[in-house]
Amino acid sequence: MAGLFKKLITAMRGGAREVGEAVVDMNAVRIYEQEIEDARNNLARAKQDLTGVIAKEMQAEREIKRINDELGRYEQHALDALNKGREDLAEEVAVKIAELETERGSQEAAKTQFHAHVERLKGIMKQTEGTIRQHERELAMVRTTESVQKATRSITDNYGAGATRLLDAKSSLERIKKRQQDFSDRMSAADALEQESGSGSLDDKLKSAGIGDTSSGSSEVLARLKKRVGQG
Amino acid sequence: MQLISKVMEGVLALDEEKRLGLEFDAQPIPGDSDVIQVLVNGQEELPIFVTASDDQILCICYLWSEDEVKSERKQEMLEAMLDMNMPMPLSSFGRIDDKYAIFGAMSTRSTPEDMAVELAMLNDNAIDAIDALLPYLK
Repeated sequence: MAGLFKKLITAMRGGAREVGEAVVDMNAVRIYEQEIEDARNNLARAKQDLTGVIAKEMQAEREIKRINDELGRYEQHALDALNKGREDLAEEVAVKIAELETERGSQEAAKTQFHAHVERLKGIMKQTEGTIRQHERELAMVRTTESVQKATRSITDNYGAGATRLLDAKSSLERIKKRQQDFSDRMSAADALEQESGSGSLDDKLKSAGIGDTSSGSSEVLARLKKRVGQG
Repeated sequence: MQLISKVMEGVLALDEEKRLGLEFDAQPIPGDSDVIQVLVNGQEELPIFVTASDDQILCICYLWSEDEVKSERKQEMLEAMLDMNMPMPLSSFGRIDDKYAIFGAMSTRSTPEDMAVELAMLNDNAIDAIDALLPYLK
């Protein structure tokens, strides 16, 4: 993984290659894509296998249960035969029980094997999923590098050829700031105009003529207060 | 290309409040690549270029080129950019060939509202960054 990161850093280091030269080897991209595709196929196969093996494991389990039931039944039969003094029958049943026990033994061995297989497949799937995720991330890095390169190329081509060259940062900032200043100047001018000709000035005129919302001076307030305490 | 055209159409159709009170102007760049040039409030000095790969949408704004940097202060400038990179909202510094840039990477599932916020933020960050790093430029 760190491999690709390092490779990209080396490839993109300033001066390590000509401006506009492709950073990414498209062959490498195709290899990555193929590897992801292969991993996906492996994953799909492992999933299919897993279903099959789990089914077999369950089958073995069911078989073991069936044999156990049968064993219980035959053991009871053997006991009954002995109780009735039929040793001959009991012996026949014992042979059957021995057969069933052998069968159970092989089913248990199979079950253990299937279980181990399931675990192994699950491990493979986890690993493959990890590989896919890692390759996809690497591919995203490669693709982004590629699309940024392509975009830069067409932007440079357009600005290099046309009259609209990209300005240097300092001039850009100056122009932007000037435009912003112009805008706020226009806003203040509009404000001033509003002050002069708008409602603000009319209110001011009325106020100075003592009409409308006139504010009282401190002497008026004092006079009013004195009147209240009976000194007026 | 279809993806970013669709998102940008959505941005242009947003009502003023969702456009954060900004005006956006979008134009495809002719050429073999799929790039849309976006101007925020008609600011042609700092165009934002929007492009997409299978995995993400990239919004890129070029800041200055290597030859604008005061060579004796380059190290300082790079460290300042590295320090500012994380606190800067939604955008990061980068370099493409000999051009320093500020960019934002977005999910291909981004909505026009997301894109409007991204473009507004990128535009403001770009202006602030040039202003802040001007001492390192010729």
